[in-house]
Amino acid sequence: MSDGIGARVKRKEDKRFITGKGKYTDDIRVDNQAYAAFVRSPHAHAKVVSIDASGAEAMEGVLAVLNGAQLTGDGIGNIICGWAVTSKDGSPMNMGAWSALATEHVRYAGDAVAVVIAESQSLARLAAEAVEVEYEELPVLVSTLDALADGAVQIHENAPGNLIYDWEIGDAAAADAGLAAAAHVTEMEITNNRLSPNPMEPRSALAIHDEAEDHYTLYTTSQNPHVARLVLSAFYNVAPEHKLRVIAPDVGGGFGSKIYIYPEEITCLWASMKTGRSVKWTSDRSEAFLTDAHGRDHISTAKMGFDAEGRITGLKVDTIANFGAYMSLFSSAVPTYLYATLLSGQYNIANIHANVRAVYTNTVPVDAYRGAGRPEACYLVERMMETAARELGKDPAELRRINFIQEFPHETPVIMTYDAGDFDGNMDKAQAAADTAGFPARKAEAAARGKLRGIGYSAYIEACGIAPSAAVGSLGAGVGLWESAEVRVNPVGTVEILTGSHSHGQGHETTFAQIVAERFSIPIENVQVVHGDTDKVQFGMGTYGSRSGAVGMSAIVKAMDKVEAKVKKIAAHTLEASEEDIVIEGGEVKVAGTDKAMAWHEVGLAAYLAHNLPEGMEPGLKEGAFYDPVNFTFPAGVYIAEVEVDPETGVTEIVQFTAADDFGTIINPMIVEGQVHGGIAQGVGQAMLEGVHYDQDGQLLTGSYMDYTMPRADDLPSYTLEHNTTVCPNNPLGMKGCGEAGAIGTPPAIINAITDAIGTNDLAMPATPHAVWRALQAASVATAAE
Amino acid sequence: MYQTKYHKPDSLEAAIALLSSSDEAKVLAGGHTLLPTMKNHLAAPSDVVDIRGIANLHGICEDGGSIVIGATTTHAEVADSALVLSACPALACLAAGIGDPAVRHAGTIGGSLANNDPAADYPAAALGLGATIVTSQRELPAEDFFDGMFTTALEDDEIITAIRFPKAEAAGYAKFPNPASRYAMVGVFVAKTSGGVRVAVTGAGEDGVFRHDGLEAALAGEFSPEAAGSVGISPDGLLSDLHGDAEYRANLISVMAKRAVKAVA
Repeated sequence: MSDGIGARVKRKEDKRFITGKGKYTDDIRVDNQAYAAFVRSPHAHAKVVSIDASGAEAMEGVLAVLNGAQLTGDGIGNIICGWAVTSKDGSPMNMGAWSALATEHVRYAGDAVAVVIAESQSLARLAAEAVEVEYEELPVLVSTLDALADGAVQIHENAPGNLIYDWEIGDAAAADAGLAAAAHVTEMEITNNRLSPNPMEPRSALAIHDEAEDHYTLYTTSQNPHVARLVLSAFYNVAPEHKLRVIAPDVGGGFGSKIYIYPEEITCLWASMKTGRSVKWTSDRSEAFLTDAHGRDHISTAKMGFDAEGRITGLKVDTIANFGAYMSLFSSAVPTYLYATLLSGQYNIANIHANVRAVYTNTVPVDAYRGAGRPEACYLVERMMETAARELGKDPAELRRINFIQEFPHETPVIMTYDAGDFDGNMDKAQAAADTAGFPARKAEAAARGKLRGIGYSAYIEACGIAPSAAVGSLGAGVGLWESAEVRVNPVGTVEILTGSHSHGQGHETTFAQIVAERFSIPIENVQVVHGDTDKVQFGMGTYGSRSGAVGMSAIVKAMDKVEAKVKKIAAHTLEASEEDIVIEGGEVKVAGTDKAMAWHEVGLAAYLAHNLPEGMEPGLKEGAFYDPVNFTFPAGVYIAEVEVDPETGVTEIVQFTAADDFGTIINPMIVEGQVHGGIAQGVGQAMLEGVHYDQDGQLLTGSYMDYTMPRADDLPSYTLEHNTTVCPNNPLGMKGCGEAGAIGTPPAIINAITDAIGTNDLAMPATPHAVWRALQAASVATAAE
Repeated sequence: MYQTKYHKPDSLEAAIALLSSSDEAKVLAGGHTLLPTMKNHLAAPSDVVDIRGIANLHGICEDGGSIVIGATTTHAEVADSALVLSACPALACLAAGIGDPAVRHAGTIGGSLANNDPAADYPAAALGLGATIVTSQRELPAEDFFDGMFTTALEDDEIITAIRFPKAEAAGYAKFPNPASRYAMVGVFVAKTSGGVRVAVTGAGEDGVFRHDGLEAALAGEFSPEAAGSVGISPDGLLSDLHGDAEYRANLISVMAKRAVKAVA
C-alpha cells in the first residue's frame, strides 16, 4: 500500500491551511456574539484597592463589566495545578490561590482584575481602558534567586519564603560518594533561559450559553479539549460535563502553551451565562506575550565526577525553578518528573541525586513548553559532558561513547527504565554525516577567513509517549494519561477515526489515516480523522509530550484489532471459510490462497444490513479502545552543530547541523522531518535568540517582536537528518515520538559548538552576538591576565 | 476617545492648511511608525493628513551636483532608482536594507527623516552625505534638522518636501541589525564629500544620529578600513539596552566603520 506506514504522503490537511480555508476559533462567529476585553494590572505586584467601572458601564454598547468578587461569588473555582508534587519532608506543595479574575491581590503585570463585555472588540477594549482600578503597589520579586532570599517579599500567604516545594530524587549519599571517589569533578552553574512560546495563532475562546438547555459550548484554542472540559467542570464549576461541550477546531500551534486552562476561557464561559450573550475573546500578540504561560527558567548547579578512564562516577544537581506568579496546570511536574528523571541522559551513571526547589515570582506563570523539563535535563547533562571532555582533554564523542548505556532494558537511578536504543549507532550516523573527521581542516580554513569555527555535540534522550496512568498516578498526576480511539467503518466501507489526540500542526489527519489505510488496504482518501470536539469524540487526553503517535495511534491500533476481528468473522461466515484463513489485502477481504473474496466495502455493508451475520453477532462495524501505555518511550539521538563566530561582532552562523534521531517506527518520514526541522528551529531560538526579560519592577521588556527575537529563516541553516531505528518494544507500532526532539537536542549542541569556537565555557543562552562578544572579551582579559 | 479624521489633500497648501487648523494633526507619509502607535493607543491624533496624494512630493531627479528625492518616495523606489544606483550606490544599498519588502514599498524617506527614530537608517545617510532637508518653509542642513531622539527642527505645520543629497566622491554604509527588530543597532555611513570626510552613526547614540569626529579625522588622513579601525570609540553617550550595552555598541561603531569604508572600495 503506497500510502501506508513509511510513505511520504502529502498532508491531507494542507489544502485548507495553505489556501486560507482553515477554521480557527476566531473564525467562528455566532448570532448574538459579544466581545470580551480584560482589564489587566499594570503592576507586577499590588493590592487592588478599588475598581470603578461606572465610566465604562456608561459607554454605549457596553453590556457588562464583571469582576473577581462576582466570579467567586458565583462559585467559579480557583485555577489549579493538576499534579501534586510532595516535598522531601513529606509536605504537600504550596499552591497559592489563583482566581480567573483577581479579587484583592495582583501578582504579575497582566493579571486580570475585570472583564468588559461589549458589542464589538474595539469597544470592549476602549471600555476596558475606562475601568478605573486603584492599586496599592507592593515590592516586586522578579529573579529566581531572589525569591528564596531572606526578607524577600511574600507572594502567596501559604507559600512561606516563596517556596512551592523542595523535592528530591535519587540517593544523595550515593551521589556524594560517587563524587568523592572521582578522579575529576566537573562543576558548572547552568541557567536555562525563559521563553515565550509564540504559537502562530494566539489564544482565543468563544463561549456560548444556551439558557433554555442550560448548556455551554466553548470553542477554544486547546491541545486537549476533553481535559479542558474535565477541568472546567470538576474544578472551576462552570458546568457539569454533560452540559459542557468543548470544541478545539483548527489550532495554529501550541508547543504546550495551549494545554492549560487559562483565566480567559473560564471568564468567557461565566460571562456568557451572566450576560445572556455569546462571548468571544481573542488575544493579540501583545496580550500573548503578557499572559501565555512561559517555558523553562531554571538555575542549576551541577557536579559530575569521572574516574581515571572517564567513566562517570556520580552526578549531583541542585535546581531552582521559577514558576511565576501562579501554578499553571502541569507546572509542578515539569522540573521534577519531566526533568530530573532524565538526568542520567544516555549514560550509565550509578549515582545521581537531584534537588529541585520551585519558587514564586511576580512574572507570568511558567509551564511546559516544547520538550518540557527534558530540554533542561539534556542541556545540563550535555553541557557537563562537553565541558568535562575539555577539562579531561578527551574527545567529546569518545567521552560520551565510554559512558553510553549498551544494554536494554536499563534502569536509571532516577526511576526511568530505558527500553531500547542504540546510542553508539546514533553517534556513528551523526559523525559520519557531519564528517567530524574533517572538522580540523574546516576550522583551519575558517581561521584563514578570520572566523572562529567550533563543533558541539549533544546526545539527547527524552521520555515521551506520556504516560502509564498508574505510574504517573503514583507520582501525583491528577489524571490518567491513556488515549482513546474509535474506528468507525461506514456501510460504504469508508472509515472515520475518532481520536482523543488533537492535531495543531502535527499532521494527524494524514499519519493516522496512513495506518488505517495500510491495515484495511483501502485508499487513504477513504479515511477521515475526527478530533477536537467533546461531542463527537468519545474521550481523550490530548496532544503533548510527543504522545500522539506512541499513545494515540496505539489506541487506534487496538480499535482496529477489534474491527479486524469482526471483519474476519463476517467474511469467514459469508465466504464459508475459517476465520484464521481470512486476510485483508489488495482492497479485499479474502480467503488466503483462493479467489474467494469480498470487497472491503461489501463487508461494511454486510455488517450494517445485518441480513446474514454470524449467529449472535451485533450489527454494525465500529469499535472503540482505550490504550494505556506500559512505559514511557525513549527517543534518543545525537546532534552535531558546527558554527562560525565573527570575533569582531560576536555574530554566530550555524554552518552545519546534523541530527541523527532514533524515533522507532516512522509513519510518514516527511512529517517527521518537518517536526525535527521545527524542533531544531525552536532549539536554535532558545540557544541563540530568544529570552524573556523583565525589568526590576516586573515589567516585561520583551513584549513584542521588536525585542523578543523569534527565529527567522535566515537565522537557520539547512539540516542534515539521519535516522537510526530501534523499535520501541512497548507499543504495537514500535513508535517513540518525534515532536520535541529537536527542541531538546539542539540547544546544548549549539552552545557546545560556540564555546568550542570561542575557547571559553562561560556562555549563557541566548548566545546573542552581544553575549558571545562579551564572552570573548572576558576570555581575552582572562588570557591576558595569565 | 481615539477618534481620528483622515485627510488626503492633493496640494501642499491644502495639507498645511489642515495642519494649521487642527488641534493635534499628524502627517502620514508611509505610516510605519504612526499607524502601529495609533493601534496601540499610544498616539491619538485628531487628524491624520496623508500627503501621499500630493504629486510634486514624489520622485527622484538630478539637480546640478545633487540628487533630489521627493519626501513621499518609497524606500523601494530609492533602492531601485538607476539614478541613485549610479550616483550614490551606498544610498540605494541603505534603502534596500530597510525593513522588509512590505516596509520598503510603503515607507518613505520623508516619513523616516521626520520621525527621526534613533535606529532608522536614513538619518545616517542624510547626515553622512551632508544632505539638505527641503521643507514647506525653508531649507535645513541635516546638522540643524536632527534634534535628538524622535525630535527634529520641524514646526507643527511644516512638511518635508524633498531631500537634496550632494553627490559624494565615495560613500559606504554598514549596518549591524538588532537581532529582534532588525533596525540598526549600529549603522555607520561614511562619505568623501567636497567638504571633507563625513561619518554619521545611527542606532547607537542616546541623542539619535551623530557625526563622529574621531573617525572623520582618521579617515580624512587616510581613507582606509585600517584607519577607521585604529580609532578608539568611547562608549560615553551610547545606548545600553538588553540587546547590547554601550561598550558593545562602541565596538560595533568601530567594526561597522571599517566595513563601511571597505564597502566603498
